[in-house]
Amino acid sequence: MALALFTIVAIFTLGGAVGVVATRNVVHAALFLLLSLLGAAGAYLLLFAEFLALVQVLIYGGAVTIVVLFAVMLTRSSEYPRITDNKQWPLGLITATVLAVVLGAAFWLAPDVAAEPQAPAFTELGAALFTKWALPFEIASLVLLVALIGAIIIARTQTVTAQADTPAEGEG
Amino acid sequence: MVPLLYFQLLGAALFGIGFYGVLARRSAVLIVLSIELMLNAVNINLIAAASYLNGTGRFAAFDGQIIAIFVITVAAAEVGLAFAIILRMYRNRGTVNVDEINLLKW
Repeated sequence: MALALFTIVAIFTLGGAVGVVATRNVVHAALFLLLSLLGAAGAYLLLFAEFLALVQVLIYGGAVTIVVLFAVMLTRSSEYPRITDNKQWPLGLITATVLAVVLGAAFWLAPDVAAEPQAPAFTELGAALFTKWALPFEIASLVLLVALIGAIIIARTQTVTAQADTPAEGEG
Repeated sequence: MVPLLYFQLLGAALFGIGFYGVLARRSAVLIVLSIELMLNAVNINLIAAASYLNGTGRFAAFDGQIIAIFVITVAAAEVGLAFAIILRMYRNRGTVNVDEINLLKW
């Protein structure tokens, strides 16, 4: 039963991933990414990581996909329907295959663990996050804040800078 | 019950596909999407290790899940910043193809 569910989840995840790297349409690539990320959320559920599955659907399924679609919309150019890959894509395919095989072999040769997956309680996770991991948690919030302010400053249009009447700011 | 190895192989395959996307794609948008795939592969591995190896050896309880939360946080920040840079690049150069952005190429 669990194996059948895992097979379905793996097909969704890997099929979506192949779609992302193979499709010629950027919007389709974003939607394939959503499929792959939801498949990964299913894998988290099979691992009893309900909180992570929830976060995955909310942040990736919601926020990241919307940001991607906005970026596609705002950078839409006439070349999008016929985007092409690099000329070196066969070399990339070989390198990526070798990397995946090496990673898989490393996992294959690792000593086997005969353990059942365990379900952590939400409360345990929260307690660990706010006691043992409190400092990294605060730093992560700072990283998010700085990154988003930086994103606003970088993406701001030149005309807004001119209207704000602050010539010293320059490029922005 | 699914063995831990299956999840690890799923992660390895997903990482390989994402790596191929980073190498082969020309559009910066698609490269960022491929990086997201690679981050997800890492997350699957972390969470699988957290569930199966919980409390054994040097692994404290559910550390893998907490590190996965940080990976998701950094990925969200990275996506926002990356698309801001892509947007600025598109306004300045009229393209998002990484091989045409060669201003700094000597």
